[in-house]
Amino acid sequence: MNPRRIMYTKWFNISRDGVSRSNPILIAALGLCSALAVTNRVDNAIAMGMAVTFVIIMSSLITSLIRNIIPQRVRMVTYMVIISSFVIAVDAFLEAFVPSIHGALGPYVGLIITNCIVMGRSEAFAAKNPMRFTFFDGLSNGLGYTWVLVVIAAVRELLAFGTILDYQIMPSGFENWVVMAIAPGGFFVLGLLIWVLRDLTNSYEEETV
Amino acid sequence: MGSVFEVFVSSILDNNIALAMILGMCPLIAISTSTKNARGMGYAVVFVVTITGIINYPIYLLLQQTGTEQLNLLVFIITIAATVQFLEMFLEKFFPTLHNAFGIFLPLITVNCAVLGVSLFFVTNQYNFVETAAFSFGSGVGWLIAIVLLSGLREKMDKKSDVPKGLAGKGIAFITLGILALAFVGFTGVAS
Repeated sequence: MNPRRIMYTKWFNISRDGVSRSNPILIAALGLCSALAVTNRVDNAIAMGMAVTFVIIMSSLITSLIRNIIPQRVRMVTYMVIISSFVIAVDAFLEAFVPSIHGALGPYVGLIITNCIVMGRSEAFAAKNPMRFTFFDGLSNGLGYTWVLVVIAAVRELLAFGTILDYQIMPSGFENWVVMAIAPGGFFVLGLLIWVLRDLTNSYEEETV
Repeated sequence: MGSVFEVFVSSILDNNIALAMILGMCPLIAISTSTKNARGMGYAVVFVVTITGIINYPIYLLLQQTGTEQLNLLVFIITIAATVQFLEMFLEKFFPTLHNAFGIFLPLITVNCAVLGVSLFFVTNQYNFVETAAFSFGSGVGWLIAIVLLSGLREKMDKKSDVPKGLAGKGIAFITLGILALAFVGFTGVAS
């Protein structure tokens, strides 16, 4: 097949929507709590991104599988039960195999349940589409979430500790920016990242009022 | 009683649920474009956080006794969803004016991570019952303060300041939140 025709397939469009065009964090502003709370170190961000990607894919697949037998009125509660089962599994997995990261993430692993991206994908995509598209949608949204987290974490870790993934990057005379390690740093980096991306892609927010 | 008061003050100021713990961000950004809506959402959160905190505490003790704490996430989220649903019906029947004031905000609260976050933090912090109640109420009030402050600033900025095009809307909201959070860092140590 002509490589340029790939750009018009449904697969390609689903992937592009998740990773960039309607990126869950930067464009839709969903799943912000964890994006800001765990991004002071790159390894935490990678772990969180992988955990969320796994939960999105699995819960979307299950939702898609039983989408025709979920009663309309209790669908939200059904999604919640499906999602929390996978979150508990992830929590137990992290506790057993990487206890240091589990300690650093703390209650934020449990808060994946209320991460609006997971719920949003179940409601907006998985409930209406067959499983093969759902898998790609979950994967691309998870990757879209992960890359934003890793970028924010890289900036914050570099400025706050002078390291990336614990390798010393900055020269020894570098004065650490304490503000980047605490909450305000996350807000500033995310705000500026949104600004840079909007200007690069020329997509501006509509006037709301 | 000193320690209960300490927990209460610290949950409002130096451990503010929105600005220090960074919970409940999605509604904080989405609903803070007008002060009126922000206040409605804030009151609803105070209400629900306090009630679910108090309900989840005995339930957690029960789970502990049967040795199934692993399931606390699943149980907490169901309690929260059920409480919100019940509150909505209760208010509609007995306090219709209050129900109208909360309007669409009540159902949205189920997915507010601040509510689940409070229930998870009383487990990690190992509070007793009275402390849990104080912590839940204080966290709700802290969130209310954060969203009202942010919405006031955003409303003023929308009319009066010249924000760069790429930063307008969410971008500038995050920068504002960052400065607010920086101000709240100044409260560190107030409670102890």
